Amino acid sequence: MIGLITRRFFQLLLLLLGISFLVFMSMHFAPGDPATIIGGPNATSEDLEAIRKDMGLDRPVLVQYFDYLGGILQGDFGYSYQTGQAVTEAIITRFPTTVKLAASSTIVAVIIGVIAGIISARKQNSWIDVTSTTFALAGVSIPNFWLGAMLILVFAVNLQILPVGGLNAPFYTLAGLKELILPSITLGTASAALIARMTRSSMLEVVRSDYIRTAKAKGVRKRPLIWIHALKNAMIPVVTVIGINFGTLLGGTIITEQVFAINGVGRLMIDAIAARDFPVVQGTVLLVAAVFVVVNLIVDIVYALIDPRISY
Amino acid sequence: MPATAEIDNKNVKKQPSNNRFMKTVKSVIKNKLSAIGLVILVFIVLAAIFAPVITSYGPNEQDLGNTHLGIGSEGHFLGTDNYGRDMWSRIVHGASISLLVGISSVGIGLIGGIVLGLLAGYYRKLDGIIMRIVDLLFAFPGILLAMLVIAMLGTSLINVVIAISIWSIPGCARIVRGSVLSIKEQEYIMAMKSIGASDVRILFKHILPNCTAPLIVYGTMRMATTILSTSALSYLGLGAQPPTPEWGAMIAAGQNFMWQAPHLAIIPGIAIMLTVFAFNVVGDGLRDALDPNMDLNT
Repeated sequence: MIGLITRRFFQLLLLLLGISFLVFMSMHFAPGDPATIIGGPNATSEDLEAIRKDMGLDRPVLVQYFDYLGGILQGDFGYSYQTGQAVTEAIITRFPTTVKLAASSTIVAVIIGVIAGIISARKQNSWIDVTSTTFALAGVSIPNFWLGAMLILVFAVNLQILPVGGLNAPFYTLAGLKELILPSITLGTASAALIARMTRSSMLEVVRSDYIRTAKAKGVRKRPLIWIHALKNAMIPVVTVIGINFGTLLGGTIITEQVFAINGVGRLMIDAIAARDFPVVQGTVLLVAAVFVVVNLIVDIVYALIDPRISY
Repeated sequence: MPATAEIDNKNVKKQPSNNRFMKTVKSVIKNKLSAIGLVILVFIVLAAIFAPVITSYGPNEQDLGNTHLGIGSEGHFLGTDNYGRDMWSRIVHGASISLLVGISSVGIGLIGGIVLGLLAGYYRKLDGIIMRIVDLLFAFPGILLAMLVIAMLGTSLINVVIAISIWSIPGCARIVRGSVLSIKEQEYIMAMKSIGASDVRILFKHILPNCTAPLIVYGTMRMATTILSTSALSYLGLGAQPPTPEWGAMIAAGQNFMWQAPHLAIIPGIAIMLTVFAFNVVGDGLRDALDPNMDLNT
């Protein structure tokens, strides 16, 4: 196990290096001169030259990359072209909101998905199963930004029982919880659908296995048979899906934040893309990709830990 | 006639492609959900092709005297938007845009993925480097990768096609590579090599046709993801720009009038959902028909 973790950790470092290189080069070769963006339309060629020199843009690209990499290692992601604010600071202020949204959506997805999957498997081919399966299919087909808009229309505009947007109050307060409900459902629905499908198929496979038949023969009652004996093994692939989905949900927050006007990393990124604010785009993309690969690594390790049959 | 061609013609009895196609269609139709999906798809494709014929107004034709007409209004059965543009016309023309973007980006992604997958699977020396690039692309949540490309190239529908094509490449490359690795060790490939068939011939004539089943399934499923992502990017203002009748952009515009005219946001959303649902269930049906053991988690 230690060997696996060490090996995967070094692979992760290489991957992060590759990601940083790809992101840096993408922004470096993007059309548009950063000096012009900073200097504005009235800047003279001398001004532009001075800005380039000041920012080190006149140096070879690889030197700039290693300089950037050195900065990242010290927590310095550069400065926003638009506001002049440190990118690290902008990210740090917004990242907790994004994590809060991703975490609450995961909780919603797991609760709905696992329960729906188990009920579906227990009542295979019944109307509950058909309804649940159809909802699961619909869940992966609904555009989440549209679902968000519809939830706002019903619960915020028409019924006026939940707020239209924002995520400002602490989550442990009633106002904070109310703010979390619609965005979490919006973001968590597709994952809930996936988890339900995975739980259903995994449960169906496990309940047909020999050890469950033996447990039945020994007289174990139905409830503990499902909730203790079967669920434990059926959850192994589901845990992987949940873990991988957390990373995907982080990507999904970009859209949900926009729908609900939440000031998270995703919204910061979209505003930066629209304004061609490359240091902010670089910082936010790097952060989300890094979290995504780290979460995937943790999922792999957890998977190996909970299932002794897995060896890498 | 060269020896290799003789072997192709004499010894390989090909199943008539029409027969195989009909078998697949029959198998897909057997599944009720897939059959429903197929019907929806046929309807959407026909609507997209005959959009100019089945609509009475242009998608961008404004009628400022008739704005925000509701569903079922005379002459505008899906109503009109804030510029008095006919919603039915915009939805139907939006279908052609979504299908066109979907087909082109999935097509480009498949071509890129096939070439990379064939090279990685067939040539050991290239495998390491190609698969590390693929791993690198997999390190980004898909929508993030698309946004990175758009951040680099700028916001437009064409750039969305490029972005989503790049996003489609790694999944396809992994599928093809996996198939090539298992096929290239088979005896008939050894036989082709021993009679001097070129690598290009072996790859494209003998290996690639054996990868078509998983590729068809992957392509169909990708269409669903592509349509969802295109609309999401347009919704965010990074894809199609107004007044293009793209579904995601229509939802973004309609959201500003939720109180007065909720149908402006509701109708395009239903259109996206139906199309994505149709591609998903047809993809499921195709997988059951063509390749039941396929793992699409790549």
